[in-house]
Amino acid sequence: MTATNAIEARNVVKAFGQGDATVRALDDVSVEIRKGEFFTLLGPSGCGKTTLLRLIAGFEMPTGGHILLDGQDITYLPPNKRPVNTVFQSYALFPHLTVAQNISFGLEMLGKPKAEIAARTEKMLALVKLEAMAGRKTSQLSGGQQQRVALARALAPQPKVLLLDEPLSALDLKLRQAMQIELKRLQQETGITFVFVTHDQEEALTMSDRIGVMSQGKLQQVGTAKEIYTRPRNRFVASFIGETNFLTARAEGTKARLASGDVVDLDVPATGDKTLTVRPEQVRLVAANEAGALVATIANLVYFGTDTHVHLALSDGTEVTARVQSPATGDAGLEKGAKTGLRFAPGAVQIVGD
Amino acid sequence: MAERRFSATRLPGFATIAMLAFLALYIPILTLVVYSFNSEVTMGNWGTATLDWYAKAWANADVKDATLRSLTIAGFAAVISTALATMAALGTTRRRAFKGQTFIYVMINQPLMVPEIVTAVALMILFGLIKTVTGVHGLGYLILAHAAFCIPFAYLPIRARLEGMDLTLETAAADLYASHWHTFRRVTLPILMPGVIAGAMLAFVVSLDDVVITEFVKSAGQDTLPTYMLGQMRRQLTPEINAISTGLLLVTIAMLTAFFLLTRKKD
Ligand SMILES: Nc1ncnc2c1ncn2[C@@H]1O[C@H](COP(=O)(O)OP(=O)(O)OP(=O)(O)O)[C@@H](O)[C@H]1O
Ligand SMILES: [Mg+2]
Repeated sequence: MTATNAIEARNVVKAFGQGDATVRALDDVSVEIRKGEFFTLLGPSGCGKTTLLRLIAGFEMPTGGHILLDGQDITYLPPNKRPVNTVFQSYALFPHLTVAQNISFGLEMLGKPKAEIAARTEKMLALVKLEAMAGRKTSQLSGGQQQRVALARALAPQPKVLLLDEPLSALDLKLRQAMQIELKRLQQETGITFVFVTHDQEEALTMSDRIGVMSQGKLQQVGTAKEIYTRPRNRFVASFIGETNFLTARAEGTKARLASGDVVDLDVPATGDKTLTVRPEQVRLVAANEAGALVATIANLVYFGTDTHVHLALSDGTEVTARVQSPATGDAGLEKGAKTGLRFAPGAVQIVGD
Repeated sequence: MAERRFSATRLPGFATIAMLAFLALYIPILTLVVYSFNSEVTMGNWGTATLDWYAKAWANADVKDATLRSLTIAGFAAVISTALATMAALGTTRRRAFKGQTFIYVMINQPLMVPEIVTAVALMILFGLIKTVTGVHGLGYLILAHAAFCIPFAYLPIRARLEGMDLTLETAAADLYASHWHTFRRVTLPILMPGVIAGAMLAFVVSLDDVVITEFVKSAGQDTLPTYMLGQMRRQLTPEINAISTGLLLVTIAMLTAFFLLTRKKD
C-alpha cells in the first residue's frame, strides 16, 4: 500500500508548561497533507502554526497523538532521522560556512559520495540562481539572497517534505512578491511537498493548493482557497480571510428573515437562528424601488482607488458593507444619506457556525 | 536629529578625571619602560640609553630557565582550564534554567572571590600532603594549581560567546541530519572558537602573571619568571628586572590585543 498522504497528523495535542500555566498550543489537530501539494497553514499570531511545524520536523514531541510521514509513524523519531527539512524564519544559515558549504551540509551529514555532493550543490546553486555567490560567507548576502540559500540548503537533500515557517516575512513587499513566484516555481519543479506557514491571507490564497486555517490551537477549516473564501465554515474563518458582513437571521427552509424583516434566499436549507455571511463584493446596489430589493440608507462612502466601500444601514440599523467598482470619474454617483436598494448575488449568502 | 540624551561624558570635570586616571595607570609603567634603558644601576640617576640590561637578562641562565618554566606552566594551564571551562560553559548555557544554577556559577567563579592567599595556603598544605604520601614531585602541581585558578578567566569569554549564539543554528544542523556529535563538531565548536581562543589567551596571561599561588606551591628550583623577579628584588634592584618586566609587558599587551580583536568581532 502506498500512502497518498505525505504528512498526517492524528489528534495531535501539544501542551507547554504545567498546572495552571499550561498552554495548549495544539488542541486535537488532525490534518492530511497530500503528496506533492503546496499546503499552507494560515492563522493569527500564537495560534500554533510554528508548533505544528516543529512537531513535523521533530524538534518537539507531542503531548498526545501521532504524526505520520508516508504512512509511517514518525512521532518519536529524532529530527536528524526524518527526511524532512526546514526553512527557518530567521534562515539560521551557518555563519562560519560559505554559501556552497551551507548547501552541501545536509548531503555531507547523510554521508553522500563527494562527487554527488558537488554535483547536487552545483545544481542547487543554479536552481536558486546563486552560482556567482558560491564562495561567499552568508553574512555578505542580502536578505533575499540569504533566503534563497536557506531554500537551497533545505532542498539539497531532496526531503520528502519541506517545511517553511514564514520564510518571506522579513522581506520587503517587492522582494516578497518575487519570492512567492520563485517558491511556487521551485515547488512545481521539484515536486516536493511544501508545508508553508504564514499569517498573510493574501499570500496563502495566491500560493496554496490547499489551506489549513488555524486559530487557538485548533484547525478550523481545510480546503482550497476558493472553498475557504466562498464557503467559510465558521465566523472565524469568514472574518480572518477577506472582509465580510455578518447578519443574524431566522432560517426557514431556503428563506431567511433578517432582523430588519427583510427576507433573503439561502442555497442550503436550514431552520432556526443562524449567522449569515456575505462578502462585500457580492452586495449589489440597485434602484431603491426595484422589486424584491432590500432598502438601505447610505451611511458612508470610502474611496479605495479601484473600488469604493459603501457602508449601508438596513431599516433596523444593521450595517452592511458593499464594495463597488469605482467608475472612471471616481464618483460613484452615490450620496451619503440617500436611500438605495441592495441585492445579494445568487449563492453569496452563506450560513456560518460560531 | 541630534538627540541630547544624558551622557556622563558631559559632566563637568569628566575629561580631567579621566585623564588623571589614565596617567595614574600608565605613568608607573612608562617609568619602568624608560628606566629599563638606563645605563645607571640606581633608579635616581640617568646615565645613557642602553640595551645592556636586555642583553644581560637574555644571557642570564636563571632568567631563561624561569621564563621557560613560566611558559610551560601557562601553556598547560591554559589548555587544561580552557577545556574544562568550555565544558562548564556548555553545561551551564545549553539547558533550561535549573535549581542550583547560581550555586554552580559561584562554584566556577570561586577562584575570583576567595582571597588568593587563602587558596595558596590551602594548596600548599594539600600538595605538601600528597607529596609526602606519594613521593611524586614535579611541575604537575604548579600546572594543576594554575589550571584551577585560570578556569573562571577562560570561562567568561566562552560563556559570552555561547550566550550570543543563535540556538536555531543547532536546530538547523539537526534538521540537516547531523547527529549530536556532528552538530557540536561542525557547528557549535567552530562558532564558539573565537571565544575558546580568547579564553585560552586570557588564561595564559593570568597564569604568566601569577605570584602568590606559585610562591606557595612551588618547590625549590621551580621559580617562574614573576617569583624569580620577586626573589631578585629582595637582594638588589637592578634595571635587569625592568628589562624583564618590559618583556613580560610586551607579551601581555600582544595577547590582550589579540583577545580584544577576537572578542570584538560579532558575526
Ligand atoms: N516553548 C514554549 N513554551 C511555552 N509556550 C510556548 C512554547 N512555544 C510556543 N508556546 C505557546 O504556544 C502557542 C503557539 O505558539 P506558536 O509559536 O506555535 O504560534 P504561531 O502560530 O507560530 O505564532 P506566530 O505567528 O506569532 O509565529 C503560543 O501561545 C505560545 O506562547
Ligand atoms: Mg510562528
